[in-house]
Amino acid sequence: MDKTTQQNINEIKNMAQQLDHVKLMELCGTHSQTIAKYNLKSLLPKNIELISGPGCPICVTDQQDIDIVIGLALNDIPIAIYGDALTLPGRQSTLEKAKQNGKNIFIVYSTEDALKLQKQYPKLVFFGIGFETTTPMTAWAIKQGLTVFSSHKLFPPAMETLLSNKDIQINGFINPGHVSAIIGSKIYNRFKFPQVITGFEPEDVIESIKLLIEMIINKNNKVINQYIRVVSEKGNQKALDLINEVFEIKDARWRGLGSIPLSGLKIKAKFKDNDAKFIYKDLITNIKKGFKPMENNCICGQILQGIKKSNDCPLFRKTCTPETPQGACMVSVEGACHINYKYS
Amino acid sequence: MCLAIPGKIKSISGHKAIIDYDGLEKEANVSLIDGQVDDYVIVHAGFAIEKLSKKDAAKTLKYFNNG
Repeated sequence: MDKTTQQNINEIKNMAQQLDHVKLMELCGTHSQTIAKYNLKSLLPKNIELISGPGCPICVTDQQDIDIVIGLALNDIPIAIYGDALTLPGRQSTLEKAKQNGKNIFIVYSTEDALKLQKQYPKLVFFGIGFETTTPMTAWAIKQGLTVFSSHKLFPPAMETLLSNKDIQINGFINPGHVSAIIGSKIYNRFKFPQVITGFEPEDVIESIKLLIEMIINKNNKVINQYIRVVSEKGNQKALDLINEVFEIKDARWRGLGSIPLSGLKIKAKFKDNDAKFIYKDLITNIKKGFKPMENNCICGQILQGIKKSNDCPLFRKTCTPETPQGACMVSVEGACHINYKYS
Repeated sequence: MCLAIPGKIKSISGHKAIIDYDGLEKEANVSLIDGQVDDYVIVHAGFAIEKLSKKDAAKTLKYFNNG
């Protein structure tokens, strides 16, 4: 640990003496990983609590979208996904089980890989999951001819929803790093709330906690950009233009947070021939008719809002493990339950 | 999953570039940035999403090497 970080920890400890219990929420799954991997919670005073928010894209993907994509796979439509989505539990199956049963499911590292696969499997559908960080890549690939089932979401509306929920008493946000690289730092000014955009190294996260506590003490409700080496005020205009060209904003359902107005990204009519929701409209209606109620007690939706913890869940470490995930928070390596299972 | 290691653009051909991560070379798409050879970039899901100054890249790499 460098001198500056040690000094930051000392300052956090000193400042914390003036405060009651403080809850800081990290909004990016990779920040949650850094905090767990380097055991940063152990370096903090007891009254400074870090909680994981809805920053794991796989975790907040609506159950219905997952079930539709599994349904498409079971109807012999080849599916390309980012690795995390393979074991997402559906009402009846998972993409992993579909793959074991001979369906064409491909894990891709990028949308370029999906485009290559599409040459071999012309009916291939890419399951587009993620926030502003992965949406430009999907937009780029749609323009190149990739067919996509879009579950893409915008991040700031989720922050607004968290702030308006009186059951969640958060004192400060650690804002996402790479989402911010795309959308810029300025957009967060609309939230009159202590926020720090930060990088992914433990030194970055410690510094962001110090800055947040300073703001809380001084009742300073603003956004500080600690990740200035990557995040600009305006963001990546090329990426934003691509998103706007290909997608339109609509309401979307988030696991745990429910329906959030103007938080989802739908493929524009201009690109409807690349929109799986348009191409397979009738099939999707049929798939939905076959939905049965989800039967398990997973509380992922409450965990990703910071209302409950993994240990509060009756399934955690019992029937729900990374090998046998019962819910999305255990599936993703960025999910709070997966991280808690692995590191504590 | 945000991979925050900066890499250096070694060569560019159309929208594709070869990125050098301290000796390890990988291909990335550079459509989202105005990149040139020798620029340091952050790559996310196969695409360069932002450029870094040489000084900032060195700062991040120092964290990694100490980590």
